[in-house]
Amino acid sequence: MPNILIVGVGGQGSLLASRMIGAFYKNQGLTVKVSEVHGMSQRGGSVVTYVRAGEDVASPIIPVGEADVILSFEELEALRWAHYAKEGGAIVYSTQHISPMPVITGAAEYPSEIPEKLTKYNVRQRAVDALSLSLEAGNVKAANVVLIGAASKLLGGSDEDWAKVLEEVVPAKFIDLNRRAFALGAEQE
Amino acid sequence: MAKKMMLGNAAVARGVYEAGCHFVSSYPGTPSTEITECLATYEELHAEWAPNEKVAVESAMGASIAGGRAFSAMKHVGLNVAADPIFTAAYTGVNGGAVIAVADDMGMHSSQNEQDSRHYARASKLPMLEPADSQECKDFAKYAFTLSEEYDTPVFLRLSTRISHSQSEVELGERENIPVKPYEKNISKYVMMPAKAKVRHVFVEERELKLRELAETTPLNRIEDNGAKIGVIVSGIAYQYAKEAFGKNASYLKLGLVYPLPVKLIEEFAKKVETLYVIEELDDIFETHCKKHGINVIGKELFSKIGEYSPELIRNKILGVPMPQGPQDAAPVRPPVLCPGCPHRGLFYVLNKLKLAVSGDIGCYTLGAQPPLESVDTTLCMGASISGLHGMNLAQDPEFAKKSVAVIGDSTFFHSGMTGLLNIVYNQSPSTVLILDNSITGMTGHQQNPGTGLTLQNKPAPKANIEAICRALGVARVSVVDPNEVKEVERILKEELNTPEPSVIIVRRPCALLKYVKPQPAFSVNRDKCIGCKLCLKIGCPCISMKDGKATIDSSICTGCDLCSKMCPKGAIERGDA
Repeated sequence: MPNILIVGVGGQGSLLASRMIGAFYKNQGLTVKVSEVHGMSQRGGSVVTYVRAGEDVASPIIPVGEADVILSFEELEALRWAHYAKEGGAIVYSTQHISPMPVITGAAEYPSEIPEKLTKYNVRQRAVDALSLSLEAGNVKAANVVLIGAASKLLGGSDEDWAKVLEEVVPAKFIDLNRRAFALGAEQE
Repeated sequence: MAKKMMLGNAAVARGVYEAGCHFVSSYPGTPSTEITECLATYEELHAEWAPNEKVAVESAMGASIAGGRAFSAMKHVGLNVAADPIFTAAYTGVNGGAVIAVADDMGMHSSQNEQDSRHYARASKLPMLEPADSQECKDFAKYAFTLSEEYDTPVFLRLSTRISHSQSEVELGERENIPVKPYEKNISKYVMMPAKAKVRHVFVEERELKLRELAETTPLNRIEDNGAKIGVIVSGIAYQYAKEAFGKNASYLKLGLVYPLPVKLIEEFAKKVETLYVIEELDDIFETHCKKHGINVIGKELFSKIGEYSPELIRNKILGVPMPQGPQDAAPVRPPVLCPGCPHRGLFYVLNKLKLAVSGDIGCYTLGAQPPLESVDTTLCMGASISGLHGMNLAQDPEFAKKSVAVIGDSTFFHSGMTGLLNIVYNQSPSTVLILDNSITGMTGHQQNPGTGLTLQNKPAPKANIEAICRALGVARVSVVDPNEVKEVERILKEELNTPEPSVIIVRRPCALLKYVKPQPAFSVNRDKCIGCKLCLKIGCPCISMKDGKATIDSSICTGCDLCSKMCPKGAIERGDA
């Protein structure tokens, strides 16, 4: 049963990402549940979205230590949620840094050596410069789709499957941008 | 019919639509907001935003009494506002079916408290349904109208953050063609004065007895007998958590009608299992019911009344499975913040600088309490900023009013701030009220309100004039200022704080996230000029941080609002690339 955790900072586009991954598994004939975050956390807080797929899914929330893949749109958020990954799972994260307010005010420091810290978990990790790649694709807002591209092989499915998902989920006027973003991410394999 | 992935809230809306509902009125509140937004997309029914939940429910009851099927959705604290009409609507009953959806927020993802709405069903003696996934959201919402008409009662539909904001598959149906019933004058049913209400109270008690009988037999309450030793009584999202934790290793009494509760059905279930647990988030309502009827259950001696549960927690408490390991390394917290370009930032900077006591309210601007702005002193409920300030100023010595203000958003002012302002005028406190008009209902995700000039469907509407409202309420001193003009904000504030009359300052600038607010070219820091004094950090903008001893601006999120450049004593913050 695939469990995909999508984490980041409120406003980074986790809703679109979760809907893409949800549509992907639904197209595979699986039952899907997606749990989203709305409201206050969207104002720049730490946000988490859960996608679960299988023959039969009860809880929409992924238990700690049971995520197959964690997609993180920000490096510190990868560290915050890493314990949700299961043994042998994977963390795909954007190397983008967004300082939380306690770091900005000097009350805390942005953690150093996050890739080293992630090695404490028995998971594969892949760092992606999603911000630069999204700019290359044409808009920073497509960083979420770059990251999905980078994780697409881990998530499974063929190029055609993902092309179909993009068509189903992404609004028509942004489809070309997101196709480029996805392809640039997928090249990071 | 087709199957579709739907948010719980979208599925509730679909159920209301399919039930042939005619009239919908709500006030936004996370996690309930999307229900009414989705209902707005169905042209066959009338849907609207009301200024508050009380107005919404009263309008819905009017529609019901007139013969239409009516619906209102709100968050748990919105139900407090709407409680007055609901408790007496329990007596009048309905003509067309009336359904009230209420979404609780266990874990307080976006709320000021964690109250359990099931208490309201018991207190008002109204039936309450609780779905456990999106399909049930649709089915229960639809059935609630039938139940309402069959038993002559408003019906509650209880949701929670996880049910409202999770997507799962829903089988769609057609909209039923339900004609609006004829309106019939019926004084003894609809005029709740003592002589009539005494008769209706008898009806309410009789109805409750009938609903209790229904609770024993309704398919909404079902036993899933897995022949297991462990039995659990559950509803809503806790049912999903328990299923995840036990699978077929437990038997379930899954309650869909959570008020009134069955007795015989629980007794029958209790006989099938060795140990019976009640797993209910928040209060011990099912548990108390069981114990009152002499049924042995284990509940809150294991589980907390605080926060959300999880499958891990259930396995831990009941099976003794250790909780999974937490993070190996600490990560600094990332609380929500005012967005880049937020119009509230400039005002809170000034309020902090002047060290004023700030009576706060509910909205994005509650975030003004967070470091480094830390300029909100109180937050209680919608509208409490203005009334609270009045009490503060009259309780404290007269000098206090010269260093205290209330802050309230435009939508919150329309919701329940206007009466508080009238009270300030009537009872003559020298209060200074700031109305933060960002021209939208912000925190819930941009809903229209009486001041935006647009309806729920984004169609033109009369635009309420806040200045005129304040003057009409008797406030002689009304001024308007742009919060990004911090010097002007400070000047007006000092002037109004030092007048003995009540005054209102409308702090007006549209929300930076509104589509018509075009971002300006981003700012950047000229590193030659920057002296690293950190004054620009005092505004708490998420774009600005320190790098190698000097300030730096993240141009990918900067909206070019120019507030930071006004903080810099050296003119080091410049528009465009450095």
